[in-house]
Parts: sequence; C-alpha cells; structure tokens
Amino acid sequence: MKDKRPVNLDITTIKFPLAAIASILHRISGIGLFFGVGILLYFLQISLRSEAEFERVAVLLDGLLMTSLLGLILLAMIYHLIAGIKHLLLDLGIGESKQGAKRGTIIMWIMFVLVTGVAVGLLW
Amino acid sequence: MDYVRACYRSCGGAAMVNRVINFRRSGIFDWIIQRFSAVVLAAYTIFILGNFLLCADMDFHAWKSIFDSIFTRVFSIITLIALCAHAWVGMWTVTTDYITSVQFGKNATVLRFVFQFFVFLILTAYLIWGVQIFWGS
Repeated sequence: MKDKRPVNLDITTIKFPLAAIASILHRISGIGLFFGVGILLYFLQISLRSEAEFERVAVLLDGLLMTSLLGLILLAMIYHLIAGIKHLLLDLGIGESKQGAKRGTIIMWIMFVLVTGVAVGLLW
Repeated sequence: MDYVRACYRSCGGAAMVNRVINFRRSGIFDWIIQRFSAVVLAAYTIFILGNFLLCADMDFHAWKSIFDSIFTRVFSIITLIALCAHAWVGMWTVTTDYITSVQFGKNATVLRFVFQFFVFLILTAYLIWGVQIFWGS
C-alpha cells in the first residue's frame, strides 16, 4: 500500500526554539510518566496495606534515592499537567498567534516554577 | 480548532479507509480521546492534591479512608481507564514520530511494533493491577 501522506521531517536537522523545547519536554515528561505511574501504583499499594507498611513507605520515601525518584515523577507530572492545560487552551483558540504562543510559553514556565515551588514547600 | 478541521478534511474519503486498514480509526478520534482523558487526569490530580492540602498531617487512617470511599474508588477507576487511553495515544504518537525508517531504516516497522506491543502490555498490566489496588483492598 503506497501511502501518499507526507513523511515527517528528519528531526536532527530541525532548530529548537523555546516553544519546541517546551513541546519536546511535554513528550519526554509523558514518556517518563508512562513508567512513573507504575512506581506510584507500587507505593500506593504498599501504603494502603497496613499502618506498619504505610510507615515503611514513609521512611523509604525520606531516603535520598526515593525522594529524587518521586521528586522527578512529581516534576514530570506538574510539567505535563501545565503544558497540557496550555495545549487545551490552544485548542480553544487562545494564544494561537505567534505573539500569543511566545507569551503562552513564558506564562507556562512561570506557572511551572510557581507550582513546583508550592509543591516542594508543602511536601518537604 | 482550525487545525483539527483541516485534519478532518484531509482524513476524509479514501485516506480514512486506508487508516482503518492501518488499525487507526482516525486522527480525530484519538484527538478527542486525548483531550477527554486529559481533563479526567487533571481533575484527579487536583482531587488527590486537594486531599493532601485539606489533611495537614496525613497518617495511615486518613490516607486509607480517602481510598476507601466509594467516590475515590469510582474516580480512580475512571482515571485509570483515562490514563491507559491517554498513554496509548501519546506513546503511539511518539513511536510513529521517532521510530521510523528515517532513524532506524528497514527495521523501523518491526521495532515500532515491538515497542507498541510493550506499551500495550504495560498499560494492560497497569489497568488490572490498578483495579486490584483501588477495588480489591
């Protein structure tokens, strides 16, 4: 079957402006979350078993390795969520102009830093 | 939205038939699914975060009671299904963009199918495992 749709471009030849970096991070964080969900489900399952297991998870999550792992998943989640909201707004026709896209990306980064700051402040 | 309308037009007719053979329904279906599931996932994230915020010192009993409520159970299962659909569309898109003949030559199709099968298996496992966690305990 001969497919007449255009072949996508060789990504190694494409320049990456800020919006493109934001977009690729949306994908990378998505791939990360695909695996991260498994880790979250694992900890959720143990934490719901009993009080002792809950405490064990709490101690485990205080360790450097698990803190950084969970922190990374949390970062990916916050980023993916905010980038996703921006995407939905674009679908509604908000911020579609060239100027709007630039402004949207800046607002998105500010939101990301803010929400990350609040989350870190609340959790640790 | 203009982009979607353009896609819809270009996907119509013979091209749409080809896509059915290509085991895709149509881009527009995936587009809708991706957005519906995104809203569910965002709502669930806010719901769980909200529970954290409302409960200053989260102990086992508070934690357990959140997940014991019928509301959380139903919401969790809906979210789980949304997550699987969302991740499938997302991972499918990523594999068809980056595991192509441009990057991997002749082996691209096989490699892509192996990876997509792996994604399918993991998501199915998440679904069954998740139902067991949310409903079984």
